[in-house]
Amino acid sequence: MRITQGTFSYLPDFDDDQIRAQVQYCLDNDWPVSIEYTDDPHPRNVYWDMWGMPMFDIKDAAGIMLELNKCREVFPNHYVRINGYDRRYGRQTTALSFIVNRPKHEPGFRVDRMEFSDRQLKYSLHAYSTDRPTGERYEDS
Amino acid sequence: MSIDTITMETIDLDAAYQASNIQQVLETLDRELVGLGPVKTRIREIASLLLVARLREQAELTTGRPSLHMSFTGRPGTGKTTVAVRMAAILHHLGYVRKGHLVVATRDDLVGQYVGHTAPKTKEVLKRAMGGVLFIDEAYYLYRPENERDYGQEAIEMLLQVMENQRDDLVVILAGYKERMDTFFQSNQGFRSRIAHHIEFPDYTLDELNAIAELMVAQQMYHFDDESRHAFAEYLALRMHQPYFANARSVRNALDRIKLRQASRLVAQGGVIAADELARIDAADVRQSRVFQGGIDK
Repeated sequence: MRITQGTFSYLPDFDDDQIRAQVQYCLDNDWPVSIEYTDDPHPRNVYWDMWGMPMFDIKDAAGIMLELNKCREVFPNHYVRINGYDRRYGRQTTALSFIVNRPKHEPGFRVDRMEFSDRQLKYSLHAYSTDRPTGERYEDS
Repeated sequence: MSIDTITMETIDLDAAYQASNIQQVLETLDRELVGLGPVKTRIREIASLLLVARLREQAELTTGRPSLHMSFTGRPGTGKTTVAVRMAAILHHLGYVRKGHLVVATRDDLVGQYVGHTAPKTKEVLKRAMGGVLFIDEAYYLYRPENERDYGQEAIEMLLQVMENQRDDLVVILAGYKERMDTFFQSNQGFRSRIAHHIEFPDYTLDELNAIAELMVAQQMYHFDDESRHAFAEYLALRMHQPYFANARSVRNALDRIKLRQASRLVAQGGVIAADELARIDAADVRQSRVFQGGIDK
């Protein structure tokens, strides 16, 4: 099941030239770019790990692509996303965020039903991949 | 493409030259930088080379991307950094770097103080410089043969790797004194072979230094009168042959001190003065310098 989220969730995955163009758009708008990765695909997981610090003072997308390729090399089977922060508001405001790397095989989610009083049902999403400890989730994909 | 089609097509060199806007950059270079004849010639040559390479590319003639890494050698104050800024602009106009900014770095910015500190520091600087020009001042300090555990070597290796693999993203200019750069290149053949353009910055002549002084004084909205102009020429003639003379930088420092003396003279004198007096440099302001007593202005 292909996970989608962020600014271009409705589009197919970008190739490297398209990613570079989006990153350059961020930099031209003076939005610092950061790279994050995770292996917990739950849509409500907002705590992705940072790949280094957000990158300030960079003028050209080549610098970001260098880091992105390093990140992909280390985490070929993780989700990796690129964020552009618009700092004009004086607080951290994500202007743009999109997935640039994903595991080859994404097993998807199941719905868990929980019964409680008066035959009520509560539902939750459970990612199959999170049955395994973090770091081992997409190893064989 | 066959030979016939090449000869059939025509290429408008003038239009290409106009479109690239390098004319303006070269003109400001001529106007704002005094002297430096050989340097300007080399820059013109490089600009023409790059323009032709661009046109060859458009005419689908095979052309490798010209190597653009350079080394600027010369004594302090001969305008290496200033020319590097112009170089970045020229490369940008010709489309060889995407952004055309200049990042100045020295050993301190590249080399770390403990194991594992150098790589991230160097990488940080390289990332910032991508799309522009990285200017490494006094590059020979990167290499310290007397200390085999020095981390400079690590920075050098990263630099070489990027200079080779990401030639589209970054142009590196190394700068420093001639003799020390020569030794540096001898012990680092990798650098030597990757740098195509070695440009030497000559020392300024007395006349050129005077012209520079006039330009600086005018830029700061001061002016010499006849006597002080004469005094300053005398000052430069003496100062040039003293130790620690740093060409244009020494001129700037001398002018800063002259402005200081002018200000204290005016304040000490007090009373009502003409507005023009605020801009005029008096011969006395110049002649107070220790240089006239055989000392050195540091």
